[in-house]
Amino acid sequence: MSGNGDQRLGPGTMTTSGTGARTPPAPLRPGDNGAGLRPVAGRATPQSYYGKPIIAEPVWSWEIPLYFFTGGLGGASAMLAAGADLTGRTTLARRAWLCALAGVGVSPPLLISDLGRPARFLNMLRMVKVTSPMSMGTWLLLGTSGATAAATANNLFGLLGPAGRIAKPVAGALGGMLTTYTAVLISDTAVPVWHEARRELPFLFAASAAASAGAAATLTTPSRHAAPARLLAAGGAAASVGVMQLMEHRLGEVGEPYSKGTPGILGRAAEACAACGAAAVAFGGRRRPAVARAGAGLLLAGAVLERWSVFRAGFASARDPKYTVGPQRARADARAG
Amino acid sequence: MSAAYELATYHSEAKPRMGFFTDTSICIGCKACEVACKEWNEVPEDGLNFTGNSYDNTGGLGADTWRHVAFVEQRLPAAPESGADSFVAAAQRRALIEEQGLDSEQVEGMRWLMASDVCKHCTNAACLEVCPTGALFRTEFGTVVVQEDVCNGCGYCVPACPFGVLDQREDDGRVWKCTLCYDRLKDDQEPACAHACPTKSIQFGPLEELHATADARLKTLQEAGEASARLYGRDESDGVGGFGAFFLLLDEPEVYGLPPDPVVTTRDLGTMWKSAAAAAGLLAAGVAGALIAGGRES
Repeated sequence: MSGNGDQRLGPGTMTTSGTGARTPPAPLRPGDNGAGLRPVAGRATPQSYYGKPIIAEPVWSWEIPLYFFTGGLGGASAMLAAGADLTGRTTLARRAWLCALAGVGVSPPLLISDLGRPARFLNMLRMVKVTSPMSMGTWLLLGTSGATAAATANNLFGLLGPAGRIAKPVAGALGGMLTTYTAVLISDTAVPVWHEARRELPFLFAASAAASAGAAATLTTPSRHAAPARLLAAGGAAASVGVMQLMEHRLGEVGEPYSKGTPGILGRAAEACAACGAAAVAFGGRRRPAVARAGAGLLLAGAVLERWSVFRAGFASARDPKYTVGPQRARADARAG
Repeated sequence: MSAAYELATYHSEAKPRMGFFTDTSICIGCKACEVACKEWNEVPEDGLNFTGNSYDNTGGLGADTWRHVAFVEQRLPAAPESGADSFVAAAQRRALIEEQGLDSEQVEGMRWLMASDVCKHCTNAACLEVCPTGALFRTEFGTVVVQEDVCNGCGYCVPACPFGVLDQREDDGRVWKCTLCYDRLKDDQEPACAHACPTKSIQFGPLEELHATADARLKTLQEAGEASARLYGRDESDGVGGFGAFFLLLDEPEVYGLPPDPVVTTRDLGTMWKSAAAAAGLLAAGVAGALIAGGRES
């Protein structure tokens, strides 16, 4: 659509409306009721103001999609570690706790460095605000990090006694929410490709977090102890490809940015990494650890690429006014009857 | 959360909710509002650009643009035989003939829409609801303001606003937007833009009074044949609970670069958190499944 953003208009060369793209020349006649005169069919192309965006593009930079990955890796690893601990898998549990600690450990610096005023990061702790997913996420990350640190200390060195043991299931539970709240964070914006995907995005993030946690544990754990990690990695990757397809299908035209341009390329690369990685992990299994580890590496790359695809799709969706105006106009017209 | 709820937290210090009624049918595109806003609020320069988009070289609202005058040039089909014509459009065409030296055929069906855009000071303000630091708050006048000593530049309000009003000032890191001249309001002064507007296209006052003014103005325009006139943001049942700064427009909102059906996305927070909890539950089930199917440690 649009393409009219560069159209030069002067007072002596007026053309149809600010959009220029309203090809059927039957817009509005003075003295007529606009609603009656303009059939919905005439609005096949959403109107715009010189093709300019309606909403503002996010100002977040590379730290944010990377955090979606590290937070997901950390949270799901805590979950895997808590489960492994509970079922007496000490080798797997130790590795998974370390992966969890690494994931949640690098997350706060990433988030702080993305702030416009990093020195004011403590202002995040001024309030607990339920209407702000970012506020809830801050406390969630704080809780998960604390619990994961305590659980890891207990697992590695037997420190903290009962508190350390209680921290394990707490870290697992909070970690689960840490993997999916980031989807709420971006869904709670006016960006069409994020807000309209509010039902699917948490599942996508959970699936690729499972793949990441499984892959990280596969990479770090001796292969004879890593069977659950391999299953989690392959299962999560398969699920993430499925959810991505379902999401694009359900969103229809609004979901276009996920499959077009740079986000589209990133998304397809993510799916290729997920599919090949899952196959390699499954084929490698216990007997071919090098193959399984290579597959795990691919899965980690795929999880990063997928977050990047979703992130960049948001920018493309915000930039083109048709994604904002189209669905809203349809809604308004439907209401008007 | 809504303006009424948040205003109630001021108890006896709450003031009547104040706002703007921007009547675009009498906007002459002089940009005095843009200038007055910049001067009073010491808003930095926002670029000296030539866009080629009619007389709009400002572009749109942002960190350094708190009032933006839009210029829309339209050529409409010939007026119906009945002769019913908008006096606004007729006056504009007359001006084109007299001032630009065009002949009557060239100006046939032409009209020029001008509109001064501003922060809507929504009843249910997405920016305020998602702000994690509380930098964005509801004033005792029911307006929405960023506390610059609190904002840490997280940027969440930027994509949350359904109108693209807020933005981050690059060299500063914080977000900025219209304050509805909070400082002037506290001294019983009207905002700079409304004060400077020579045609009273920008009217300031208690929101309830503005609603009555706007309703009367809409009726006048419709009776005069301007049937395309409509109020935008007047309806308190819309997706953001109505605007504190609402408009009278002469075409669809999107023609002016405004969203036709804006919603505050936090109203769907329930769905989002439920979905997130379900996904986390499924993840837990997946981990449990992997641990069970993975067999005992050998």
